[in-house]
Amino acid sequence: MTLLEEELQAEAEESTGAAATSPAALTAFRRGISGVMVPIITTVIAFIAGGLIVLATGHNPLSTYSSIFNGTGLNWLFPWVSGSERSLAAVNLQSTLITATPLILVGLAVAFAFRAGLFNIGGQGQYTVGGIVAVWVGSSFAGMEPVLHVTFAIVAAALAGGAWAGIAGVLKAATGANEVISTIMLNWIAIWLGVYCFQLGGPLQNPAMKSTPVSSNVVAGAKLPVFWGSATLQGLDVGIFIALALAVVYAIVIKRTRLGYEARAVGFNPEAARYAGANVGRTWIRVMLICGAFAGVAASLDILGWEFNLATNTIQVSQIGFYGIAVALLGRNTASGTVAAAVLFGALLTGTSNRNINLSIDPTLVQYLTFMIEGIIILLVSTDVITLRLLKGGRRIGVELRRRRPQKADTSKADAPKGEAS
Amino acid sequence: MPGSSPPALELRGITKKFGSVVANDRVDFDVMPGEVHALLGENGAGKSTLMSVLYGLYRPDAGEILINGQSVEIASPSAAIELGIGMVHQHFMLVRVMTVAENIVLGQEPSRRGVLDLKAARARVRELSDRYGLAVDPDAVIEDITVGAEQRAEILKALYRNARILVLDEPTAVLTAQEVRELTGVLNRLKQDGTAIVFISHKLAEVLEVADRITVLRRGKKVDTVPRQGATEQSLARLVVGRDVLLSAQKTAAKPEQPLLKVGDLFVQDDRGLEKVRGLSLSVRAGEIVALAGVDGNGQQELVDAVTGMRAPQSGRVEVADQDIAGRGVQAATDAGVAHIAEDRQLRGLVLPFTLTENLALREYRSPELSARGWLRLGHMKERAEQLLTEFDVRGGGPDTYAAALSGGNQQKVAVAREIASNPKVLVAHQPTRGLDVGAIEFVHRRLLEQRDQGRAVLLVSLEYEEVKALADRILVIYEGEIVGEFAADASEEELGIAMTGGKKQPAEVAP
Repeated sequence: MTLLEEELQAEAEESTGAAATSPAALTAFRRGISGVMVPIITTVIAFIAGGLIVLATGHNPLSTYSSIFNGTGLNWLFPWVSGSERSLAAVNLQSTLITATPLILVGLAVAFAFRAGLFNIGGQGQYTVGGIVAVWVGSSFAGMEPVLHVTFAIVAAALAGGAWAGIAGVLKAATGANEVISTIMLNWIAIWLGVYCFQLGGPLQNPAMKSTPVSSNVVAGAKLPVFWGSATLQGLDVGIFIALALAVVYAIVIKRTRLGYEARAVGFNPEAARYAGANVGRTWIRVMLICGAFAGVAASLDILGWEFNLATNTIQVSQIGFYGIAVALLGRNTASGTVAAAVLFGALLTGTSNRNINLSIDPTLVQYLTFMIEGIIILLVSTDVITLRLLKGGRRIGVELRRRRPQKADTSKADAPKGEAS
Repeated sequence: MPGSSPPALELRGITKKFGSVVANDRVDFDVMPGEVHALLGENGAGKSTLMSVLYGLYRPDAGEILINGQSVEIASPSAAIELGIGMVHQHFMLVRVMTVAENIVLGQEPSRRGVLDLKAARARVRELSDRYGLAVDPDAVIEDITVGAEQRAEILKALYRNARILVLDEPTAVLTAQEVRELTGVLNRLKQDGTAIVFISHKLAEVLEVADRITVLRRGKKVDTVPRQGATEQSLARLVVGRDVLLSAQKTAAKPEQPLLKVGDLFVQDDRGLEKVRGLSLSVRAGEIVALAGVDGNGQQELVDAVTGMRAPQSGRVEVADQDIAGRGVQAATDAGVAHIAEDRQLRGLVLPFTLTENLALREYRSPELSARGWLRLGHMKERAEQLLTEFDVRGGGPDTYAAALSGGNQQKVAVAREIASNPKVLVAHQPTRGLDVGAIEFVHRRLLEQRDQGRAVLLVSLEYEEVKALADRILVIYEGEIVGEFAADASEEELGIAMTGGKKQPAEVAP
């Protein structure tokens, strides 16, 4: 046990008033106090670190961040922004939310797996397979009733993504194959499957554009309606409501259903879940099916909402599955946290994309800033002990200050836990 | 022993506390060069803690360690190795895909100009194994050799590091009778060579066979150190078990009825594929507590696993109220009416990051009362939790408290409450009071007796003599996966102790 763990444990004992001696107890404790604070502090640290890098390259971090902030469109929320600035902000905010929409769902695809003790790195592949199916359904069946057509495309994409993830679940349950490996491999299979479908002469390549490796376009009836902004300028479509609704579904599944209960039991303590009579393998499969469905829906919302077709190079350069991991980690695998983290990453990606940046700042630097901030966030979230130590340090300084200030004996006793005295 | 030379190893007044638990309380222990000194005691008596202190895994809270009369500080296992202490753990610490020689030199690889010199290593290993009669092929891969050979490799590993003090933790627990004889031969050669040997065991007969002196620990304290001469299994058993503190729960006579649990000719393997339950049969009737007494590792875990559906037996029957559930899984066992108080509440019995409400639902969350069509009935779950927490006097938290926040005793009350609340026909209680304080022990005991009086069949698996004595209506002794004796509830500790350590295959006559 490291020194830090011992400290944490001492603190856990103080705060619960009980001897919390097991690693599980420690984890529970960490989860307790770090619920909201760690992600927030993590994000702040990441931005400060990014600012230092900007400073090191001879630029002004404050003006860079303010430029990025305006690029996200979040300045639309300020009532004093008006005129052309306001309409630009609206377009930017629409873009931020369009980016956040699939991130919410891919984040959930990773988060639910984490809850069941699985590491789903396959969001990318599940998203890709969902996209292939969505674009096929969306570009076929012209003349179908629009609501039916959209529903059909989304459900088909969900089933495809679910089936794709389900393969990893079945392999894990039946043979114990590590889901990390199998989902990574399935990512590559999905990507090359997509390339095969849409390449020149591929089975799903656009017959009207013989020289471009791209799918046919989604027909008008299968497009998601835009409710904010202009449909021709990529306004915000209703896909975000579907994503938010599924986040609510996720929260309900986790808290109120037998599957969620079993999944969490399996994730926390598979031996105890087995002892309780839960079928661990079957739970893994079910969870993976749902994770894949989330990722599949994410792809369908992109396709039906604003992308409308799928090109081989889009498939190959997409990074969304990996942003999903960052979103889930930062969102602590909760529904609300995942939504918040998805909006944060959506904003970062939009705010740093070239077109929005004021030209006095090096656009390459700004773009790389996203990757740096993302990397720092993942690093800190996955080693939350570091952040906790900072938190603890802060609290210790607070305790020390309070102790130095002369106070009534009874209150200082309550404030200063016994272990801090030494 | 020449009285003039100092002991190879001397521990003086070692005290080690874990929170409020005193694992070692001013323990003195010494071993001379060329002597085998056995450390005897029940599970949890403090033997392993003492040796962990010696090996630098724990820092003692008080006390002193002397090597050859010199006071030393042992801060880590590598410091212990430098001081000539070698440890052969009960669970071998070998890399399974490497050869014996590679394992032995691991961490101290001989090298020539930076290149691993396995040839020299092999030669040295061969020389050591010849000298002490430790027959092991240095080039064999660990996976392919027997458990006995693995142990010899561990001993060689210690000797390769020039161990002059060799600690063997339960060395015979995994060995066959033939291998035990071979080990005894090896120990004799090591003795002649002046190696000091600490031999940890809870088997009386073998201690009497190999040890020169025997120190008995009980509940963290040294009870006595006796020479082998004059010691008998009976006298040692008395020291080990102790006479004080007989927990006397108010027990009325049992009124047993029809058998509810029948185990027939059961064979069960452990995770390593070793046969741990070997043709065991037993039955427990409604309204009686049958205690399964035995030394840890004699097949209790595998038997409990097979009865509760957690492990499929190789063959045999497990019948609950005449319904065969062998190998049909936990759900089938639960549905047939088996409840299971698990030995390790933190590993199995509870999900620590779950709330008490969620934990109290673990056994029965599939029942219509707690869930319907895939939905949890959270209101019912919580109501039931509140009721059980009151009924079982769980303190330190309410239905929304995380299990991790409770003390061990209250955690166990939660686990016991859940199992009893499932209204079982057969209640399997595996070490139900492990690690609990006296108050909590009495509480659990009272509940188990209540269950018996309500007509349930209770199978108690325990390593504690006091517990068996306090609860059992009949006592079965398990040894190497078989029932080796049946005793009445008033059997003496000596009788049981001898049977438990394989001293006698035939049960003693119950008083006429």
